Amino acid sequence: METDLNSQDRKDLDKFIKFFALKTVQVIVQARLGEKICTRSSSSPTGSDWFNLAIKDIPEVTHEAKKALAGQLPAVGRSMCVEISLKTSEGDSMELEIWCLEMNEKCDKEIKVSYTVYNRLSLLLKSLLAITRVTPAYRLSRKQGHEYVILYRIYFGEVQLNGLGEGFQTVRVGTVGTPVGTITLSCAYRINLAFMSTRQFERTPPIMGIIIDHFVDRPYPSSSPMHPCNYRTTGEDTGVTYPSVEDSQEVCTTSFSTSPPSQCVFTVTKAHFQTPTPVVTDTLRVPMAGLAFSHQLSSSRLSYQPAALGVGSADLAYPVVFAAGLNTTHTHQLMVPGKEGGVPLAPNQPAHGAQADQERLATYTPSDGAHCAATPSSSEGTETVSNSSDGRASPHDVLETIFARKVGAFVNKPINQVTLTSLDIPFAMFAPKNLELEGADPMVNPPDSPETASPLQGSLHSDGSSGGSGGNTHDDFVMIDFKPAFSKDDILPMDLGTFYREFQNPPQLSSLSIDIGAQSMAEDLDSLPEKLAVHEKNVREFDAFVETLQ
Amino acid sequence: MNCRSEVLEVSVEGRQVEEAMLAVLHTVLLHRSTGKFHYKKEGTYSIGTVGTQDVDCDFIDFTYVRVSSEELDRALRKVVGEFKDALRTSGGDGLGQMSLEFYQKKKSRWPFSDECIPWEVWTVKVHVVALATEQERQICREKVGEKLCEKIINIVEVMNRHEYLPKMPTQSEVDNVFDTGLRDVQPYLYKISFQITDALGTSVTTTMRRLIKDTLAL
Repeated sequence: METDLNSQDRKDLDKFIKFFALKTVQVIVQARLGEKICTRSSSSPTGSDWFNLAIKDIPEVTHEAKKALAGQLPAVGRSMCVEISLKTSEGDSMELEIWCLEMNEKCDKEIKVSYTVYNRLSLLLKSLLAITRVTPAYRLSRKQGHEYVILYRIYFGEVQLNGLGEGFQTVRVGTVGTPVGTITLSCAYRINLAFMSTRQFERTPPIMGIIIDHFVDRPYPSSSPMHPCNYRTTGEDTGVTYPSVEDSQEVCTTSFSTSPPSQCVFTVTKAHFQTPTPVVTDTLRVPMAGLAFSHQLSSSRLSYQPAALGVGSADLAYPVVFAAGLNTTHTHQLMVPGKEGGVPLAPNQPAHGAQADQERLATYTPSDGAHCAATPSSSEGTETVSNSSDGRASPHDVLETIFARKVGAFVNKPINQVTLTSLDIPFAMFAPKNLELEGADPMVNPPDSPETASPLQGSLHSDGSSGGSGGNTHDDFVMIDFKPAFSKDDILPMDLGTFYREFQNPPQLSSLSIDIGAQSMAEDLDSLPEKLAVHEKNVREFDAFVETLQ
Repeated sequence: MNCRSEVLEVSVEGRQVEEAMLAVLHTVLLHRSTGKFHYKKEGTYSIGTVGTQDVDCDFIDFTYVRVSSEELDRALRKVVGEFKDALRTSGGDGLGQMSLEFYQKKKSRWPFSDECIPWEVWTVKVHVVALATEQERQICREKVGEKLCEKIINIVEVMNRHEYLPKMPTQSEVDNVFDTGLRDVQPYLYKISFQITDALGTSVTTTMRRLIKDTLAL
């Protein structure tokens, strides 16, 4: 079998397979680092880019791969495997994927090693780049951080798929036939976790029950230690530095010939050179807004680090919303800018008794403003829409950064008993306002120019002193529970209900606002004919406009 | 020679059309692009390096990989933008399709102009749906993301069959096989066109052929 292949071809083929294996590991691990990868195209070949693809070499990863290979190459029965697993901050871990580079016995004698095989290996690497972004573990790895990290492990030998749980799926990245066998690259991935992480709206039983099943002791003790898929710059390393390039790094400078039969002028030279340090930064990151599910992955962790969150969200104009607790349902909250004073936070959800246990919304305003509504992340019920007791217990300490002494809406007591600090009551605009507090009331005199205008701003300017304020008339309503019609139950109760509550009062007409000045009604009426005349002049424009609407 | 034809179908919301099309087209072109050829004496050539980058979609829970070439990205975005506009203004059922065709040029004698012989055609059929609630849109984000994952796997499967590819050309022939106009990468010669169709698949409006990189444009 091997006599057909001349020694030069055989050497080249071995080299190709070796570097293909190393590059495969690089692609897989880099795809699980948790950040976007970007490399530049270069029209002039540099000589160090194997397979004509710009794939960075992380020294630590190369070192691990070489250690696992121990000078061998993938062959029949000896596969190179990269195992990707997830480890939570509590120490529980779970295998997510196994990428296998295998060799089988089916040979393709006719194929040209240094030309066709090389190009097909290059194509296979491109396919690998595409496929690594498509398996469920990719999205998980993009969101790794405090709650969990992604680890990799390279081993050589028999493929072990037991840790993937039941019903794992396989995807084949591709195959390349060579004169000594067919190289196959495939991935087996767990699917059970996929639903929990990507389907945020699925109502499933608490995650704990599901995750615990998978946290079994590894039947095969790791022959090699797990490594995190995050790359520290050399400065932060534990003191072990890997040579960025081995002493005799082999450089691939390929020239191809077009004259048939394709004579390939293939030069492989040994050269000493330094590759620039890969610029891959640390991937530990603060979970950002909208990472509802990442909290759910940790089975027992219900608390956050508000400080950390503050760092990440400080530049958001909107308060950051999180879903705490075990439930996967992600409840939305329609937020209005909380930095500017006086804007109430709409209540998170109707106070369903059953729901209240499982769904928690913690809202955190990054500003120093006087408003923060934080619902407890414990199992107490949250009553945000109620006319019940005032002076609600302030929320759980966990997320409390600023006071939030809540007063139930529609509480019928003079406002001077309600201190400034507790003005973040829902429907605050409906609450009767005491004129004496007007000057100090941030709701009447909001701090300067809010970054984004909210339609509610206008309505807030109408304070209690303006007669006929729309809000006051709602005092007579007692709204205990609010289930808007046509909104689907439980999954997103926030959406329609919150919207309705926010906008059920139109902003006050400026002409009715007392701020405009002392212009009286009579003067208004007198100026009407003039205004009508002006409009009449522009009647053609208006007609044209109406035409466009039809 | 037979032309290979692959058809993919996607159902997306209006604002997802661009990203879904770009994801598919870029994935195909990633596999059908090489580095720039540099011909040397004795008929040998060396190949430049192709860089890649990840692109996150804004309206779909999906990330795709494309070659690092701004020119190529611009060209694709332009035609996908036109397709999206055509879909929107057509007022039809929201059905349309884009075709990415790889071809070879064959020089003919005067007075005949050069022939374009396609060897691979990728057709992506799009069905635009309109969704009413935010909740549906959120679910659509995820569903379309999953569907696109399947499409990428399908594309890779086809690429992996290692079927016909044009022979590597000599220096004089390279423009008949590759698009050498880009600065940093060299895709095979391709053209992209699109059609707005009705439910039967026939073209409703005039077929709009947009030829990108067609050096035969007279």
